[in-house]
Amino acid sequence: MLEVKDLRVSVEDKEILKGLNLTINPGEVHAIMGPNGAGKSTLSAVIAGRDGYEVTAGSITFEGENVLEMEIEERARAGMLLGFQYPVEIPGVKNVYLLKAALNAKRKHLGLPEIEAPEFMKLVREKLQFMKMDNSFLHRSVNEGFSGGEKKRNEILQMLTLEPKLALLDEIDSGLDIDALKVVSEGVNSLRDAGRSIVMVTHYQRLLDYIVPDHIHVLSDGKIIKSGDKSLALELEKRGYDWVIEEAAQ
Amino acid sequence: MASQEMEQLVRREYKQGFVTDIETEMVPPGLNEDVIRFISAKKDEPQWMLDWRLAAFEQWKQMEHPEWAHVNFPEVDFQAISYYAAPKSSEDKPKSLDEVDPKLLETYEKLGIPLHERAALAGVAMDMVFDSVSVTTTFKEKLGEAGVIFCSISEAIREHPELVKKYLGSVVPVTDNFYAALNCAVFSDGSFVYVPKGVKCPMELSTYFRINAENTGQFERTLIVCEEGAQVSYLEGCTAPMRDENQLHAAVVELVALENADIKYSTVQNWYPGDEEGKGGIYNFVTKRGECRGDNSKISWTQVETGSAVTWKYPSCVLKGKNSVGEFYSVAVTNNMQQADTGTKMIHVGEGTRSTIISKGISAGRSDQSYRGLVKVLPGAKGARNFTQCDSLLIGDQCGAHTFPYQEIANSTAQVEHEATTSKIGEDQLFYCRQRGISEEDAVNMIVNGFCKDVFKELPMEFAVEAEALLNVSLEGAVG
Repeated sequence: MLEVKDLRVSVEDKEILKGLNLTINPGEVHAIMGPNGAGKSTLSAVIAGRDGYEVTAGSITFEGENVLEMEIEERARAGMLLGFQYPVEIPGVKNVYLLKAALNAKRKHLGLPEIEAPEFMKLVREKLQFMKMDNSFLHRSVNEGFSGGEKKRNEILQMLTLEPKLALLDEIDSGLDIDALKVVSEGVNSLRDAGRSIVMVTHYQRLLDYIVPDHIHVLSDGKIIKSGDKSLALELEKRGYDWVIEEAAQ
Repeated sequence: MASQEMEQLVRREYKQGFVTDIETEMVPPGLNEDVIRFISAKKDEPQWMLDWRLAAFEQWKQMEHPEWAHVNFPEVDFQAISYYAAPKSSEDKPKSLDEVDPKLLETYEKLGIPLHERAALAGVAMDMVFDSVSVTTTFKEKLGEAGVIFCSISEAIREHPELVKKYLGSVVPVTDNFYAALNCAVFSDGSFVYVPKGVKCPMELSTYFRINAENTGQFERTLIVCEEGAQVSYLEGCTAPMRDENQLHAAVVELVALENADIKYSTVQNWYPGDEEGKGGIYNFVTKRGECRGDNSKISWTQVETGSAVTWKYPSCVLKGKNSVGEFYSVAVTNNMQQADTGTKMIHVGEGTRSTIISKGISAGRSDQSYRGLVKVLPGAKGARNFTQCDSLLIGDQCGAHTFPYQEIANSTAQVEHEATTSKIGEDQLFYCRQRGISEEDAVNMIVNGFCKDVFKELPMEFAVEAEALLNVSLEGAVG
């Protein structure tokens, strides 16, 4: 589904990703871990198309399409959605309005008519309930005055509504207490599907107790230096990253 | 967003920049007593009105052009302007929509203006096509039954001289400022509204209803009087372009609210702002002031401004009556080379007076925008309260936003709050929306409309829709 090959990315002439390779097949859940400054967030930002990142070499393809030639919104419509580490506040724009606009943008891309209001409300209420969110969320401005946990739940609410093919979750667990983590994890787990892939970027093993990945990658100094199954996370939890880095250096 | 995209984002053309062939009757450029006599005679004015104009002209000659505003433009040559222009006759107007520039109609359609209104805006002699005569008649009858007078100021001067004499210049004195004095001398036309005691005006009044009956020139004069307990909502302007060739617009609007009266005055202004290089465009120097004379009266200004090359405008409230209320809600958009120095004045005279100021400024392109607001509490205004919030939104990195709040508080029991924010339209916000599949243009519109929500909700329903559409058109093409 997603193929990243020899990807090199610079930010303000400083190389952050230095030849990264990653293959994600449909239905897989991947976790990307690694020390601070390894380039984890850069990877998700580049896949989503954020400005300020210069791709100097390599390629990213999604279902065979060259992602690097697509606009940000085209990538989203094609089915790649990013769950933000710090979801932004948009004062005066109701949550429900953003959700509907986003869903209709996707439908338009698929050649479907705009969703009817009752059908949309039914869909959204269902998803809200699943995320244990009050209906009042819909009429609050996007993320404005939301607590950290509410913002993250809102990200997952959008995922559930928009049903992406590839969900990129950037530090979705940061700033969550244990109850919120459970709700968010349940939301993500409900997205698991044979046709859908999930990539989680995280610091902590804790998240992986709730969302169990098929593959774990260690990202260090702009490269994936080790990949493994879920047992790798436990080892990292116990021994830290240094041994992997040393091993890779040899 | 890359700076190149930003540049595209702020680049847009004036959609209403058409030229009409309608022949106009104009006096030669220049200002002197003869011109004033000519205007007065054209309007068949009584002697007292002519005397008032001439006295104002004498005063104006003594006054100096104001220089304090944060705007920059070449000196206006008052002798190079023609002070009277009127379309020759309705026979010269287009006879049907088929004769109107289709591009113009397209714009109106974009703005969501109903068909019959589009015709009126395009200057179609409506009685030829639509049954507008009966519409106007029904409308006049309905107002007449309620005792409401709504006519052009010229008509009011002829038909209701006692009211005009009593109130004209009573809120904005002739010598108030340079442009107000000029307006007193040469005002062309405008609206007059009188709502008698205890009457709630049965409909929203709009300049639209008169658009063909009278051609309001660039020196508009509007006077609205609400007697005790009366109420009116007045909508000014439309999204139509000015047909005048002249570049200077200096209007005066006076509102008078007696005890328990309530006046709501809404404006949507979209005049030609000049081209990308700042060539051409309207200079909009307007004096708008309302006086809450009676206890518990209320005056509310709501404005959405996207046009004009240079704007200089401060709709104000003088709160004399006890517990009277003044409100100012404003959205101002400047793009390209536009300059705006705008805001409000709230003068608290009476006890327990309250005022609210919500100002939203959006600057794009190389435009420059200032909020200038005065909150003045006089010694007698015990327990006066003011809340001010002024927010600026910047699009791109070549525009400017400034805030000049003035507070003069002479009563220690007064409570005055001021909040101000300046933010750049977040690349983060844009990225977030686009990452949800929303196009860049839709995302900008969404963010800007969200920013203006507090003001839009104060507008009458239909106007709010129009304002939103207008804002989108104003920033259209602004997106890459």
